[in-house]
Amino acid sequence: MSDRIFGVFGVLLAIGFAIAASQIKESFLSDAVGPKAFPYIIAAILGLSSAVIALRPDPEPLWPPLGRLIEILAAAVVMILYAQLLPVAGFVTATAFAAAYLSWRLGSTILGACMTGVGTSVGIYVVFHLVLGLSLARGPLGF
Amino acid sequence: METLSSLADGFAIALTWQNIGLALLGCFLGTIMGALPGLGPSNGVAILIPLAFTLGLAATPSLILLTSVYYGAMYGGRISSILLNIPGDEPAMMTCLDGYPMAKKGMAGEALSLSGISSFVGAFFATWGLILLAPQLVKIALLFGPAEYFALFALAFMTLGGVSSTNQAKSAFAAALGLGLAMIGVDTQTGVPRFTFGEVHLYDGLDFLVAIVGLFALSEVFIFLENRHGEASAKGKTIVIGRLSPPRSMLKACTPTMLRSSFVGFIAGVLPGAGASLGSFLSYSLEKRLVDKDGTFGTGDPRGVAAPEAGNNAAAGGALVPMLALGVPGSGTTAVLLAVLLSLNITPGPLLFANNPDVVWGLIAALFIANFMLLALNIPMVGIFTRLLLVPPRVLMPIVAMVSFVGIYGISGSSFDLLVMIGFGLLGWVLRKFDVPLVPIILGTLLGNAMENNLRRAITIDDGNWWTLIDSPLAIGLWVVAIIGFILPLFFARKVKSGMQRGDAEGSTRD
Repeated sequence: MSDRIFGVFGVLLAIGFAIAASQIKESFLSDAVGPKAFPYIIAAILGLSSAVIALRPDPEPLWPPLGRLIEILAAAVVMILYAQLLPVAGFVTATAFAAAYLSWRLGSTILGACMTGVGTSVGIYVVFHLVLGLSLARGPLGF
Repeated sequence: METLSSLADGFAIALTWQNIGLALLGCFLGTIMGALPGLGPSNGVAILIPLAFTLGLAATPSLILLTSVYYGAMYGGRISSILLNIPGDEPAMMTCLDGYPMAKKGMAGEALSLSGISSFVGAFFATWGLILLAPQLVKIALLFGPAEYFALFALAFMTLGGVSSTNQAKSAFAAALGLGLAMIGVDTQTGVPRFTFGEVHLYDGLDFLVAIVGLFALSEVFIFLENRHGEASAKGKTIVIGRLSPPRSMLKACTPTMLRSSFVGFIAGVLPGAGASLGSFLSYSLEKRLVDKDGTFGTGDPRGVAAPEAGNNAAAGGALVPMLALGVPGSGTTAVLLAVLLSLNITPGPLLFANNPDVVWGLIAALFIANFMLLALNIPMVGIFTRLLLVPPRVLMPIVAMVSFVGIYGISGSSFDLLVMIGFGLLGWVLRKFDVPLVPIILGTLLGNAMENNLRRAITIDDGNWWTLIDSPLAIGLWVVAIIGFILPLFFARKVKSGMQRGDAEGSTRD
């Protein structure tokens, strides 16, 4: 069943891709092929292969229980927050929190997670910023 | 003779303190990444690319660093295969079969050092093979016009699923998805924006480094989160290593095996769509058929350790041949290495040998140096690497994630790229669940624009005649190979796959 849904989604994606390709404005200075032809070919392959996936599905993949799925989404949300807050909070603070969260969710104790978070963040700061001179996001405290 | 003098020039380039230091660092990091389950060669190289890039290393030093990581990961994969019966990366799968039984018999040290020596032999001969074969391939490639290049790219995509791919529709889906992603951005020939939906950030196209790091490294973090696999694999197992040198008689018995396996592995590496996993599988099966008269393979036969290790390291070297000479990689990790070249503004392919001989020969010399370093690192210091197996993923994975973020942020300094990377991480997780291979996606984003440009050039030269694509014998030959390569797995895949036990473990990021 999963593969059938996946295949149908792929076919829709291919149609969407083809429609988006047809919207490309052609320049008056175009070559013999133009900017649309190759995207159309891709859309065709995408659609065909998706149709085959839908018609001849593989055995069902092993989906995680709902709890695990929420776990993954929560981690993604934390990462998105991290990406947004990085320029605001500064590298060291933001990274310490994000790394500690991931470590906690992978089964560390609270104390262990905090240590991993701070260790990762300070370690990366020292190696990449102080030693190698990479510029990292600067927070209000200067690091 | 010319080759030897070029090689000497290469050594002159590679033997600076900076390059030696980078090679040593790469070997060390590579071995660690190969040894730790969950971080394979493609992941390892992917995480380090943005760093090499943002540190402002020149082309040759960055390549030296990253190919050392590549060779190192091939060495490192065997450590956990032998000690824990868990392959550190996919090519090391076959090493489990005889390596772990040897370790159980109390011969872990012998198995580790023997496999280290086999890896060295395999990589050493493969590097020579690279030197001899690549320039010949370049001569052929110089005959290629745009139509032939288009056929060659198609061949790369159609064979990339490999002979062990069980679902060619999913490989084709992945390739088309990658090519579609490459279309995003301003069209290079006419200057019109495509698939940007008015988002200014997308006008430059998606940065393929962002896609690679997201698909490979972040999706791995999500996989670990899903399984909540936070404990070290080595936890609770006692690791006794014992003596660290194989007896002379064992080495002697394994020498023919190593040489044969190096040859088989190298060929498997050069061929499109095969790669290191198949190299080690073929070498092991061949040796089993040739020398296993008493049925000792699978019960801790040293030859069963030597064969796959020589095979997979030789394949790693062989896979560099099409990548450097044609600009078309045949395996996951070489696709990632191609990304390095492209982001350094170096176009691989036949002209690379003419325009940037310093890069090519410096790299080849560095491969020799790295190989000796790896032998030196791996025999006496194997104890240090085994201790690293005790680092639990709950500490390791946050570090992997954060280093990925730092690398990508370092390139552009924009949060937008980080968001795109998280998107690719989730996409990678979903696709891995569906057993869709990730490597064709990467290759599609890397080669999509070049492929389209060749198509348009070929047809424009011939005044809009599409039949020009199959006009020359060379192009027809390439198309035939491509079609055979695509159809063959439909018949053979299941057989090969069942031979490679546990092929599903890391099927999507397979090398």
